[in-house]
Amino acid sequence: MSVEVNLPVRPQRESTGRFLKNHMRDYGMLLSLIAIVLFFQYMTDGTLLQPLNLTNLVLQNSYIVIMALGMLLVIVAGHIDLSVGSIVAFVGALAAILMVRFHVDFVSTTILCLLAGGAIGAVQGFWVAYLRIPSFIVTLAGMLVFRGLCLILLAGQSVGPFPVEFQRLSSGFIPDVFGPGKFHLTSLLLCGLVAFGLVAMNLATRMRRQRFNIEQEPLPLFIVKNLGLAAVLVYVGQLMASYKGLPNVLIIMSLLIALYGFVTRNTVVGRRIYALGGNEKAAKLSGIDTRRLSFYTFVNMGVLAALAGLIFAARLNTATPKAGVSFELDVIAACFIGGASATGGVGRVTGAVIGAFIMGVMNNGMSILGIGIDWQQVIKGMVLLAAVTIDVYNKNKA
Amino acid sequence: MGTILEMRGITKMFPGVKALDNVNLSVREGEIHALIGENGAGKSTLMKVLSGVYPHGSYEGEIRFRGQEQSFRSIADSERLGIIIIHQELALVPLLSITENLFLGNEQANRGVIDWSAATVRARELLSLVGLHDPPETLITDIGVGKQQLVEIAKALSKEVKLLILDEPTASLNESDSDALLGLLLEFKARGISSILISHKLNEISKVADRVTILRDGTTVETLDCHEAPISQDRIIKGMVGRELSDRYPRRDTVPGEVLFEVKGWCADHPAHPGRAVVKDVNLTVRRGEVVGIAGLMGAGRTEFAMSLFGRSYGRNIRGRAFLGGREIDVSTIRRAMESGLAYATEDRKQYGLVLDNDIRHNVTLANLAGVAKRGVIDHESEIQVAEDFRRRLRIRCSGIFQEAVNLSGGNQQKVVLSKWLFADPQVLILDEPTRGIDVGAKYEIYTIINQLVAEGRGVVLISSEMPELLGVADRIYVMNQGAMVAEMPAAEASQEKIMRAIMMSGETLQ
Repeated sequence: MSVEVNLPVRPQRESTGRFLKNHMRDYGMLLSLIAIVLFFQYMTDGTLLQPLNLTNLVLQNSYIVIMALGMLLVIVAGHIDLSVGSIVAFVGALAAILMVRFHVDFVSTTILCLLAGGAIGAVQGFWVAYLRIPSFIVTLAGMLVFRGLCLILLAGQSVGPFPVEFQRLSSGFIPDVFGPGKFHLTSLLLCGLVAFGLVAMNLATRMRRQRFNIEQEPLPLFIVKNLGLAAVLVYVGQLMASYKGLPNVLIIMSLLIALYGFVTRNTVVGRRIYALGGNEKAAKLSGIDTRRLSFYTFVNMGVLAALAGLIFAARLNTATPKAGVSFELDVIAACFIGGASATGGVGRVTGAVIGAFIMGVMNNGMSILGIGIDWQQVIKGMVLLAAVTIDVYNKNKA
Repeated sequence: MGTILEMRGITKMFPGVKALDNVNLSVREGEIHALIGENGAGKSTLMKVLSGVYPHGSYEGEIRFRGQEQSFRSIADSERLGIIIIHQELALVPLLSITENLFLGNEQANRGVIDWSAATVRARELLSLVGLHDPPETLITDIGVGKQQLVEIAKALSKEVKLLILDEPTASLNESDSDALLGLLLEFKARGISSILISHKLNEISKVADRVTILRDGTTVETLDCHEAPISQDRIIKGMVGRELSDRYPRRDTVPGEVLFEVKGWCADHPAHPGRAVVKDVNLTVRRGEVVGIAGLMGAGRTEFAMSLFGRSYGRNIRGRAFLGGREIDVSTIRRAMESGLAYATEDRKQYGLVLDNDIRHNVTLANLAGVAKRGVIDHESEIQVAEDFRRRLRIRCSGIFQEAVNLSGGNQQKVVLSKWLFADPQVLILDEPTRGIDVGAKYEIYTIINQLVAEGRGVVLISSEMPELLGVADRIYVMNQGAMVAEMPAAEASQEKIMRAIMMSGETLQ
């Protein structure tokens, strides 16, 4: 028997405090990231946000963030993918063999590798979605299989170096249209433009919602949030411009984040993935082809893991059998820290990205502080546990 | 003969519903006492009060067992005194052996180490008492439902049962298994064990019961003694259904038009047991603007029929043809059935109807996202407007359309499910137990929505276990039993007695 809950129908009076309290889960992760950044900024005497280090931070975490986008969809759909670390290694090896041994040009190699990633995802997705084998088992098998295949491809050795064009994927920066100078003006302008565009978009949404009389965040909060967003973007742009400008990989990553944010929030496919993870039977009875949807989340994951593998190989400038070890754990942790639910149906792209950066900043900050890899693992593990505990606790309270 | 159990003035409230209202039940020592009533009359609730599922304090009234007043706080409390309940859905672990199941929670152990030989010996004893001769190491999953039932009873015997409660024990048994089980009850009776037998099958009751207590709408109607005078089935049926239809149903003035939807020769087999027919050659027509009711007892195959029709979402080896407006339609997948103009609102809202974690808005648009999207991109504003519109039209009581479905009451959850299907804009809407577990006021509102639907020229198929509801809402009623349509009658000519009789008669001929 259910309990009758007759809450008042009239909209509650707008109050910034209450709104913040009700939406603590949404803002909590962002505030944590800010707090962690400020903490390490202070502890490292400002090293953390120095232009060089900030650029490194982005380069080091780009592949985790990119895979977290795919992993988020997999987790929201109610599955898990443990094979992504091995796919990174396998695709890196494949790229190395193609380019170094067979001298295939880097464009063809990239395309072939992305297709290979998609095919790997399709095989695993077929097993999960159509043969109904739990994804944990399928991808655990995949994790072993593709690690092994990577070793076979490389014959246990490192293969490199790569052509320069390919290395640019990871270590290149966008060109400065204003000519080479000490300060990378294009990067700053680009960041400013994006900041302006985002704020304008938010404002347009807000005004449209106002016209439809839809309840939304209070005005002061809206202003603070948007000003903050713009300020952070311009600040980061200014920092990076004073080094070498925006890395290519940051552009790729940002475009992907925007794309996946849009897909999850605004498209029919995105909505259906949430419904699938929330209640597969109900989704099915609502006319959604749940098997095909599960299948494609794995194909998508495979492609993104392949892209991450290319970026990682380009960054190291060599393909090694040890590439991508335990990446799957970082990626999954990023999603869970970002508020995704282990049972599916809940999770956001922004959360996963913030989660990835929380992990990244902690890695970077602790390394600067000279904390050993041993204690880093302990601390990261505890942060993961704490983040999810707080999230579950908040959810139960709400 | 003394009285072993005396329940006096039991009243149990659920939010918005009085499930039991001053119910009395007394069971004598060594008798088989039958408890009967319609679905929802309060039989199961009463037994849950007795066994401590609803702890002392959550109900009013008094329970005396063997002369002493009891206040059970849990099932363990009642089991300690020898009150054992065997539920309709058996509580056995399929992949454990008979022995392991018999002593689950009561292991034959010494300091935590199980003595398997002692357990096996004891298991053999118990099994021979119930006449089950399978080896005790057989897995539960490898024996049939009838034998599983016997294992449950053997388990009860292992706990020194004084009062055995069986909730529709023969519902899923064939005739010989049923007879064996009833014979066992008579044997127990000879040994002084009392039983309460909940059953819909009146012939069984007249076979074994000493007395019969009839419940209706959460109250005791009467207790009849089978030994004083033989009790006719008519007498029992009258007791079960004899109630007046008041203004619990909104008036409808629309007159059904031409035939809108037709099903011919629909058959389906059980998904796990190929060859076992669950839906047998069902024919059904629905006119434009008509509410067609399907009556039947639980397990009659109504949900199975509806779900197999709706995109083969149940069963296998499905055959039959469906027509809409005279043209044959393709209902082979859920997507196609929906595109053909069919919708099915499930009886199990939480499992099959709603994404509980999602808010009202997302649930409402789920079956028709194309209706709020352009080229695959959702228009959030128009989605919000759609959800708002349904919230107002169906009077969904909530803090707003952003409230998660899990926090709504049953009636309001049902309205969200209905909204979802209304937004999909079907021609024929199959409603499976749309008012189960919701209060009277919400029921009235659901009936009003049904009236609006047929006023728009749609067809509604209403599956309901509440006969007054069918009589009050439907234009025409089909009666289903054991997978087949056994009667069809205009609602104006139908009565609960007539429906019940159709079920009982068919049960005898089909067996």
